[in-house]
Parts: sequence; C-alpha cells; structure tokens
Amino acid sequence: MEQKDKHLKVTAIKNGTVLDHIPAESLFKVIDILNLSKRSNQITIGSNLDSRSMGKKGIIKISEHFFEDEEIGEIALIAPNATINIIRDYEVVEKKIISIPESFVGIFRCMNPMCVTNHQDIPTKFTTVRERDEVLLLCHYCEKTTDTRNLKIVSKK
Amino acid sequence: MPKNLISIHDFSKKEILHIVDIAEDFEKNKSQNILNDKVVACIFFEPSTRTRLSFETAANRLGARVIGFADAANTSIAKGESLKDTIKMVSNYVDIIVIRHPLEGAARYASEVTPVPVINAGDGANQHPTQTMLDIYSINKTQGRLDDLTINLVGDLKYGRTVHSLLQAMSYFSPHFIFTSPEELKMPLEYKRFLKDQGISYTETRQLSEYLDSTDILYMTRVQQERFNDPIEYENVKNVYRLEASMLSNVRDNLKILHPLPRVNEIAADVDDTPYAYYFKQAENGMYVRMAIIAYLLGYR
Repeated sequence: MEQKDKHLKVTAIKNGTVLDHIPAESLFKVIDILNLSKRSNQITIGSNLDSRSMGKKGIIKISEHFFEDEEIGEIALIAPNATINIIRDYEVVEKKIISIPESFVGIFRCMNPMCVTNHQDIPTKFTTVRERDEVLLLCHYCEKTTDTRNLKIVSKK
Repeated sequence: MPKNLISIHDFSKKEILHIVDIAEDFEKNKSQNILNDKVVACIFFEPSTRTRLSFETAANRLGARVIGFADAANTSIAKGESLKDTIKMVSNYVDIIVIRHPLEGAARYASEVTPVPVINAGDGANQHPTQTMLDIYSINKTQGRLDDLTINLVGDLKYGRTVHSLLQAMSYFSPHFIFTSPEELKMPLEYKRFLKDQGISYTETRQLSEYLDSTDILYMTRVQQERFNDPIEYENVKNVYRLEASMLSNVRDNLKILHPLPRVNEIAADVDDTPYAYYFKQAENGMYVRMAIIAYLLGYR
C-alpha cells in the first residue's frame, strides 16, 4: 500500500496515558524505567518523530493505564520536559507536569566503579541534589555523585 | 536502630565534642573494664595492620573480647559469600562490628543489614571517620581548643580522604585553612564551595615554606606516585613537599605537625626530634578515641 503522507500517524487511544515530547535519545530508557516490556496493555511507541520544538522526539501511548505520580517521577531526569496526557474517551482530561523526586531507589546505577552497589546485589539509593543549575544524584552508599549525562539504568527483573 | 559511625557526617558537633571528652578520660585511665561481657568483631576485608591493632587494643583495654579476620583471603568470602551473608553471620555472635572494606559504601550497607552498631574503619577511598576523630582529638589536645585555628593542609588535597573529612568536621569550629599542594593535586572545587557557603576563609599556595610561620596545625599527607602521569613531575613535587627541621626556625611555638601515617619522605627524620612533631603521639591518640567511640556506640558513655 502506497502512502503519500510521509508523516507516521500514531493512532489515538480511547483511555490511557500519552507521554509526549520525550527526547528521542531517551525514549528507550523511558521504556525501561517504566518497565513497559513487561506490560500486557496495548502500547504504541513512536521513535524519532519530527517535532517542531525538539527536532526529533519520542512518544508513547499506553491504553488503559494511568501512572502513579511516583512512577512517572522516575523519568524526570531523562525526560524533564515530557508531557503526560491522561486520555478518557479520546479526550485529554488532564495534563501532568513531571517533578523530580527527592530520591531514587533501584533505578539508576552509581557511576563510581568502586561503589559497593556495583559489586554486590544491592538496590541503589540516591538523593537528588541541585548544584548550580545541575541536578545530581548523591549515592547513599559511596557518597559520590552521578550526573544526568552518566545515567545508566539498572535492568529490572 | 542502633547508632553507627559510618561517615563523619553521622556525628553532630555535640557528639564530636563528647567523644573528645571521653577519649581524654580514657587517656588518663587507660584500662577501664566496662565492656567485660562484650564481644567486638574486627572484620577486615583488606589488610590494614595499623588500624586493626588500634581497634583491637582499644577493645581489649575496655575489657571486651575480639573476634574477626585480618584479611578476606582465608574466609568464606573467598568462596563467593556475599557481604550481606557475612555480616548476618557475624551479627549473631557480637555486640558491635568494626569493618574495613575496599569497596566504597560497604560499611553503610553493613549497618543496614545488622541489628548491632557498626564502625567504619575505612571503606575504600570514601570515609575513615575514626581517623578524623583522632585528628580532632589531637588538635584539641595540642592547642587546648578547637576554635579559631589556622590549619595548613599539605600534599594530596585532591584525592586525600583524610583531609576532606577533616575539613568538613573542623568547619564547626571557625578555622582558617591554608591549602598547600601542587597544581595537579589542589583542593577540589566542591570543598572550596562548601567553605564559602559556611563563611570559612582559605588561602592556597604551592610553596610549603610560604605559610609555615603563621600555622597552628600543619597537617602533612603523602603524595602518591600513582597520582602522576609523568614520573619526572612526581620527582619534582616529592622534593618540594619535603619538610625538614631547618624550615621550622621561625614557626609559632604552638605549631604541631600531624600526619595520618605511614609517611614516606614528606617529613625528614630530623623533624622527629623537634618539639613540633606530633604524628607518633597522634597515632597513639587513635586508641583512646576508638575506646571512646566503641563505649559511646554501645551506650556505656
């Protein structure tokens, strides 16, 4: 079937959540953090879509699922400007703003190779600290900071 | 939750002063049989003879008995036992755990899986709070006070964990700092910002001789060869930061020289005989401070 329209149309959902304006390079990290590969819901994922404001962006539409605020907060560091649209009966009924949580447990790796969490089976624990304009994660164990450019996700079981 | 000493931040100013107080008492009366029904575990996952002997002697002088190991090589850790399992097992037997571990954060984690108090005897390059406490004790003892002193930190100020912890702990006592280091090993920006936020003044220099005469506490550290990419640069730096007795002719009467030991060549042997040398006594003080910390964490003082 030939398609003249070069834009990929991501179909609308009836009820659920649309995560829009995800930085293109963070899309798969967001999928990991929200553990979407383990869900049985209908999920539509768009990668490297054209965006007027961002150049390229990612989008995720999840049918019949509404995230808790803490759950969505976990993506704050890698997609701080993403928009969260709650859809009911094809209408956006609520837009949520992501705020950075004060702590992160078991999501990110500590970038210090000598940190005990990189050698033993221990969930990582970080406190969010703001230094000048930067957000840093202070490791509860080794007391070193990990910056957002070096965020690696602990693969979920 | 038991009280632990994992990081120097775990102690408030009041607690630091309390430890100094009871350590003084232990120095006057070196053997106090207050823990004769207690067992202390000294588990050293990497060897550190100096620290281990100091802790074990401290426990013995309090009347406690000591179990443990000096090196992980001959234990079930070598068979692949997890840190958690080792700590759980040891917890069944003892009243308090002293742990040294090469991984950063290991002591904090240990404290989370055991119901008994934990003392960090060094976790990699992270923290060594009993060293900081004995430094503070030594400063107080030699100067008769902790407030308003000029503290000159010398050597590797970039990687040296002892100088970073000391800087943070002393920040309670409105000091003035002098940072004497080669360009490559300067005090990191984050600590200078910390001081600025606290309103504490500091001066930086590359010349050891520059501020010697206006210093109360000269805190020397080892400059390690492995910190340098260029071996010739190391040779230069090594000789610049060597303290000799002849350099001490105009110093303050109350000057005391501290060093966490072991020293290599940063303090010449002829300094040992000057009235300013304090590093051997400083090491001895470690025992009284460790007695104080063990007794405090077990609720006896």
